[in-house]
Amino acid sequence: MNRKKENLFGYIFISPWIIGFLALTLGPLLFSLYGSFTNYNVVSRMDFVGLDNYQELFTNDNLFWVSLYNTFYFVIFSVPLTTILAILISTMMNQNIPGMRVFRTIYYLPAILSGVGVYLLWMQLLDPSTGLVNQFLALFGIDGPNWLFDPDWAKPSLIFMKLWSAGGSMLLYLAAMQGIPKTFYEAAQIDGATRVQMFFKITLPMVSPIIFFDIVTSTIGSFQIFQEAYVMSADNAGAPENSLLFFNLYMWIRAFNLFDMGYAMAMSWILFVIVLLLTLLNFWLSKRWVHYEGD
Amino acid sequence: MYNTKKMKFWKSVNLVLLLVGALFMIAPLFWMVSISLKSLEEIYQGGFNFIPENIQFSNYAAVFEIIPFFTYFVNTSMITVLVVLGNVFVNAFIAYGFAKIQFKGRETLFIIVLSTMMLPGFITLIPQYVIYANLGLVNTYYPLVLPAFLGSAFNIFLLRQFFKGVPNSMIEAAKMEGANHFYIFFKIALPMVKPALFTVAIFSFNGVWNDFLGPLLYLNDESLYTLQLGLQVFKEQSSTQWHYLMAGSLMVLFPVIVLFFIFQKYFITGSNILGQTEEK
Repeated sequence: MNRKKENLFGYIFISPWIIGFLALTLGPLLFSLYGSFTNYNVVSRMDFVGLDNYQELFTNDNLFWVSLYNTFYFVIFSVPLTTILAILISTMMNQNIPGMRVFRTIYYLPAILSGVGVYLLWMQLLDPSTGLVNQFLALFGIDGPNWLFDPDWAKPSLIFMKLWSAGGSMLLYLAAMQGIPKTFYEAAQIDGATRVQMFFKITLPMVSPIIFFDIVTSTIGSFQIFQEAYVMSADNAGAPENSLLFFNLYMWIRAFNLFDMGYAMAMSWILFVIVLLLTLLNFWLSKRWVHYEGD
Repeated sequence: MYNTKKMKFWKSVNLVLLLVGALFMIAPLFWMVSISLKSLEEIYQGGFNFIPENIQFSNYAAVFEIIPFFTYFVNTSMITVLVVLGNVFVNAFIAYGFAKIQFKGRETLFIIVLSTMMLPGFITLIPQYVIYANLGLVNTYYPLVLPAFLGSAFNIFLLRQFFKGVPNSMIEAAKMEGANHFYIFFKIALPMVKPALFTVAIFSFNGVWNDFLGPLLYLNDESLYTLQLGLQVFKEQSSTQWHYLMAGSLMVLFPVIVLFFIFQKYFITGSNILGQTEEK
């Protein structure tokens, strides 16, 4: 086979990606890196200001720290809770239960729904006076909180909404669990293992690579929470009392409301470093608990 | 051996818990339908009541009067069709290149493809906006549609897994008969990965139909708005008119729900594949 021709075909086939990578990823990355050291505002100025933006962020911008706190709060609660719930549901569903397909459909459906329609639905569910959640709590004589209008409950509100869509990860785990050879469990049964032991000694280690994949991607995803906060905070800017001012929302406000583009680009590089560090941390931790077959 | 009585007990507990969980999952959607059919007075009466006293289908008609729902629907459909077509065929083209053509630098370039998946979207969002602004493309559909024709890492990755399953012997045999890669791609490989194309189409339909960030950033004229942006405006206009808001939201979610029930198989195989490939 003609090597040169093969190379040429290869580059032709991947050329759309190469163009996209240069124009929409690499170019913007370089521009943004330089821009983060300037006072760029789209319209008139782009002067080099050295580390001023970074210095301002770390030493003089209270909202930057608020947004970091909010974002870490959201990630630290939503990622583990969603993962645990998804594993729990998939384990319960992997028991030869009748009507498994129906259950799977019901649990998965909320996960494919997204966008403003879902945010509006949750704003109604959590509405203090007319919402389903507080009406339900009232049945038990509980006076529900003000949810999205209460700075202490606004972030938990978004976490509950996230939990509702745990069915997406559930499906991944269910597929992995169904791939575990039955003989493993039969052998353990002969040795007198209990079901709980089997779960911790067989099921969990066997699906641990999927758990790892899920945690890595959902950490990266949750750290970039934006749309929910934009739509569900009353002023589209993190209300009440900045409790929904997440990192990306603050960056958005600086970039597109105030046109502090240089400043916002500096923020985006800080985000990049944080996400990278979190991913590396996940990989480092994974050596302690992720089990790969053949190891 | 297990005590069968004890086993039966736990099986029923398991089933009951799953049923209760399923109720919690589905209740919000029933509630949404219920609110969308109630009158505002009934909603504000409160109570844990799923069945409306008087069913008001007129709430749905009212949505069309309050916002130009039909215009938003046409706009969204147009963008969706273009993005789905671009996503499916361009990514298949690229993925075939990475899976079945042995070119120089392939492995390195593929690692770059994968690493772009980890990149936070906002880091390129601001400079991309600057680029489109300088090209005079803000307030047009170009920024929303163009990227779909330039490849997306996740779909390239997914489709590459499928193309790898096409036997090399078939490709070599076709080459012997003088076929080039274009012919092999269109006539042999593409038909073999049809289920994967469906999966990509469905996921990208979902993505673009529900995209809020792109339209929010790039569209200014109300006549260009998409459904997602329209719903956001609707929310600001009729903030506590829950019956209208839920009717509007349901109409936006409706195509997604219908597609889900028709193509559930592809949604589920998509996740299965992801689950299995990640094991390796």
